Amino acid sequence: MVKIRGLRFSHGERMIFDGIDLDIAPGKVTAIMGPSGTGKTTLLKLIGGQLHPASGSIRVHGEEVPALSRPALYRLRKRMGMLFQSGALLTDISVFENVAYPVREHTRLPERLLRDLVLMKLQAVGLRGAADLMPAELSGGMARRVALARAIALDPMMVLYDEPFTGQDPISMGILVKLIRELNDALGLTSIVVSHDVLETAAIADYVYLLSEGQVVDHGPPDAVRESSSAWSQQFLEGRPDGPAAFHYPARDFRDDLLRGGGVN
Amino acid sequence: MLDALQRLGRVTLDFFERLGRGHLFLLQTLATLPGILLRPGLVLMQLYSVGVLTLVIILVSGTFVGMVLGLQGYNTLVDFGAEESLGVVVALSLVRELGPVVAALLFAGRAGSALTAEIGLMKATEQLSGMEMMAVDPVQRVIAPRFLAAFLSMPLLAAIFSAVGIYGGYLVGVDLLGVDEGAFWGQMQDAVDLRGDIYNGVIKSIVFGFVAGWIALFEGYDATPTAEGVSRATTRTVVHTALAVLGLDFVLTALMFGD
Repeated sequence: MVKIRGLRFSHGERMIFDGIDLDIAPGKVTAIMGPSGTGKTTLLKLIGGQLHPASGSIRVHGEEVPALSRPALYRLRKRMGMLFQSGALLTDISVFENVAYPVREHTRLPERLLRDLVLMKLQAVGLRGAADLMPAELSGGMARRVALARAIALDPMMVLYDEPFTGQDPISMGILVKLIRELNDALGLTSIVVSHDVLETAAIADYVYLLSEGQVVDHGPPDAVRESSSAWSQQFLEGRPDGPAAFHYPARDFRDDLLRGGGVN
Repeated sequence: MLDALQRLGRVTLDFFERLGRGHLFLLQTLATLPGILLRPGLVLMQLYSVGVLTLVIILVSGTFVGMVLGLQGYNTLVDFGAEESLGVVVALSLVRELGPVVAALLFAGRAGSALTAEIGLMKATEQLSGMEMMAVDPVQRVIAPRFLAAFLSMPLLAAIFSAVGIYGGYLVGVDLLGVDEGAFWGQMQDAVDLRGDIYNGVIKSIVFGFVAGWIALFEGYDATPTAEGVSRATTRTVVHTALAVLGLDFVLTALMFGD
């Protein structure tokens, strides 16, 4: 479904991706994990065509995303759903209208049919009863579920999840984990979950990529990655404070620094 | 020395980069305008929040500005025994200058800052990104209707400002200070020229509306998506619009009344 080859991307001076290769299989839940700041969200934006790579190829469903014209990119995006970390709901319209939004923008469904469709999507995420609430009245977990209903409103082929579990209580987390897996299987989606919540993500993923410092450090089915001998994978999966990813930010020698006196520089 | 030069270079480059982005943004917005005409509902909604909600401040300020003009004008004119020309003074000041300029400044403070904050917050909360990922062009869906609304409401607001201002001048001059009513209106009618004064005032307000809308929306769209970024963008909107309006006012006045 998604094929990335030799992707390079830098943000100002900082190199985010230094030639990564990645394959997302259709119909599967693929997790992309890595510490904060490794550019996981950036990767989703590159796949969605919101950012342009410095070099390399990103093919989604056979189409080279960075080379697409605007109309072609928009056509492709209609078949992609994206769940933002914040939910990104439109704050001035109700939950119902938020889910109806992409449908209204892209189709001319009669109002009755639209209503049924929106209620079905809301039912799928368990929030049909919240249809009339405003986004400000929702908890963080509910907002994400509404955003999920909106992401699947146009029946996409693929859904991209940006940190879906961050800041969720255990119940909301459980709901989201279940929803991502079940929607993927029931709707025949391809899901890409970007996360650093190891346990939850590994539980539902069919395949895992571990990213660090612009490279893919490990990949494989979750069990294989867990068994991996890579010191970096072990550190990340078990949450050890020190290891290949150092506890200390790079600095001068500690003793020299203390004896030198004066300011920080 | 080198450091200072480097900083100067950086600042200059940043300035021109922003200027370029601003113009690209404007072109993008203008290109989506024909599409938005098919959805008048979106523009109507914005006309309400940009135009109608600015009415109160325009009405109140217009009345007071007119009243001050009446008072000041009377005090000066009466020394020359020319207080009957008060209507002309009030009307020409308002229609040519104060109407378009003060209305644009008030517009920047009320509607411009609100537009910047709204767009900036939509950006900060990923609503604009979200739209893009739903294959909805935020420039067409969010920016263009607001731009059109600013462009359309500014001349109307300026006209209303001038109208209530003239009435304010009338209240003070005629009702309070006893200028002859017939002379007040008659001389005004005689001296204010439709083409030379009113049209030119309307052209000014159209230009100001264009610029005020452009600056407010660009500042919001280009804001750093943080609380601080949005607050700075809002301030910039008010400052830049005020400077642009006053500068352009001079240029337009020179072109219109310069000979």
